[in-house]
Amino acid sequence: MTLLRVEDLATHFFTDAGVVKSVDGVSFSVARGEVLSVVGESGSGKSVTGLSILGLIDEPGRIVSGSIHFGGMDLAGMAPDELRAIRGKRIAMIFQDPMMTLNPVLKIESQMIETILAHRSMGRREAWNLCRDALGRVGIPSPDERMAGYPHQFSGGMRQRVAIAIALLNEPELIIADEPTTALDVTIQAQILHLMQTIVEERGMGVIWITHDLSVVAGFADRVVVMYAGEVVEEGAVDDIIADPRHPYTRGLIGSVPSRNLPGTRLVQIPGSAPPPLNRGSACRFQPRCSFAIETCGVHPPLDLIEGRSVRCWRAAEIRQKAEASA
Amino acid sequence: MNAPSPSPVAAKAATPKSKSAGSEAPWRRVVRDFSRSRIAVAALVVLVAIILAAIFAPLIAPQNPYDLRSLNIMDSRLAPGEAGFTGATYWLGTDGQGRDMFSAILYGLRISLGVGLIACSAALAIGLSAGLAAAYFGGRTDTLVMRLVDLHLSFPPILVALILLAVLGRGVDKIILALIVVQWATFARVARATALSERDREYVEAAETLGLGRGRILFGHLLPNCLPPLMVLFTVEIASAIALEATLSFLGVGLSATQPSLGLLIANGFQFVLSGQYWISVFPGIALLILIVCINLVGDHLRDVLNPRNIR
Repeated sequence: MTLLRVEDLATHFFTDAGVVKSVDGVSFSVARGEVLSVVGESGSGKSVTGLSILGLIDEPGRIVSGSIHFGGMDLAGMAPDELRAIRGKRIAMIFQDPMMTLNPVLKIESQMIETILAHRSMGRREAWNLCRDALGRVGIPSPDERMAGYPHQFSGGMRQRVAIAIALLNEPELIIADEPTTALDVTIQAQILHLMQTIVEERGMGVIWITHDLSVVAGFADRVVVMYAGEVVEEGAVDDIIADPRHPYTRGLIGSVPSRNLPGTRLVQIPGSAPPPLNRGSACRFQPRCSFAIETCGVHPPLDLIEGRSVRCWRAAEIRQKAEASA
Repeated sequence: MNAPSPSPVAAKAATPKSKSAGSEAPWRRVVRDFSRSRIAVAALVVLVAIILAAIFAPLIAPQNPYDLRSLNIMDSRLAPGEAGFTGATYWLGTDGQGRDMFSAILYGLRISLGVGLIACSAALAIGLSAGLAAAYFGGRTDTLVMRLVDLHLSFPPILVALILLAVLGRGVDKIILALIVVQWATFARVARATALSERDREYVEAAETLGLGRGRILFGHLLPNCLPPLMVLFTVEIASAIALEATLSFLGVGLSATQPSLGLLIANGFQFVLSGQYWISVFPGIALLILIVCINLVGDHLRDVLNPRNIR
């Protein structure tokens, strides 16, 4: 059952230097209980996609076209007040840096309680109990005492747990997690991933997990959307994508993960860098960096459905055959 | 931090008083850091003494300087330490009306402090709201408020105050109004600058994703984070409000002659200074000086303590 369906979303920023098309015709959907991972490098538009869903694009940015269907509504064309009622209640967000997302001068309890009271009417005492339980559930030891603490008294991993607890307070149907483990140590990363996994299994909510690290989502996500230069270049089940990437960019991403290389060999990197966001031209956006590029690639390819997988590449089928031949 | 550590760094960081460092409130750290400077503590002690003396002036002062019946014209311009007509000793001398200078200074401090405090609090409230609104809403609100502030700050404060008082007339309420008008813009500018840098912090965005209302974010999240620089400014501005009030009174547009503030006392004695009767001007002057220096010292040190760059 589809929980959220983003269709042809375009979010542009109208700067003095020109129009930056951060998100340029992105479509995907998330089902209840499904973990969708949005993967891409910096500037690929993955974070802006997340913020667009919540209606948190600030000037000079604007959603110029497309629709975001959620619970029978179109979030893209919604009034700010109606959106606010949904934010934090039905859709919650977890950010990258837990050092920054908690207000440094407010106690944990007051930050948690106000999140509940913004959306539900109940007594402070009752809200406090709910918050304490929520802290306990995300694995914070002695939550009764920690409630009165300030954010600086928590370690990075603990803070991310608090942030997750806050996001879960109003039992949202969808969680947008914007690189929530990037700022953490690998061991803490694993803990947070495990925690999220448990929560998703328990509650069956939808998750959009934005990251640049495919290895983080390998065992966690159900489906992967690979974004490049503001558009989706490949979409499919996580195992398919990792075992059998079709788009040259996805291949590059997976190839550059150290564990997949033999010891002693040089790491593979994708040559060049992402196209400038102001002018991306009319060719395939990956063409300048692509080792498979041919003349046809001078024309922007559509997102094609090839053997149950969406790939934005003219040569996807050929590349597949080549890979099989070499294997 | 939980186990007693022999490391000197840890020993320095944790005071012996704090039972569990994990539950230390931010204000407690401020108190601890503040008490490290002896000069600041001394200034604070003097300031508190002055404030107490001002509050309890009617109990401490030997004479009510505002009650004209208790003044004796025969005692006018007595030197410090001289005994008056009734036999009472005037330790700081008397002024032209026969007022005991000590009592007059205590009552003068009362007015100066009261005027400074009330005017600054009101200016802070107005400036803070205007600055926060300008920073958070941006766009037209920002332009409107900040151009008004610019316009305001382009006039010398003394000129604005003089014109206002010339129109309004004398009186405590009028001088407070004049000081508010002069000072709100400074608070607005600092509040906006602080709020602008705080507004882009992620916790504000996080609060928005939680669906909190604008008022809640503005006053519950932004405001507490903007307070430290404004608290420092507040102390410094009280000192300047007191100085400005004294200046205005000295120029004869501030308070009425029957209720002399420190500035008016200085002005009254000014004509006698060259004839050797220094005390009428000098003692209120010294009182004013000590008051302002103490406030500035406390404010200065508060700035060091509250500066986020100095934390840890």
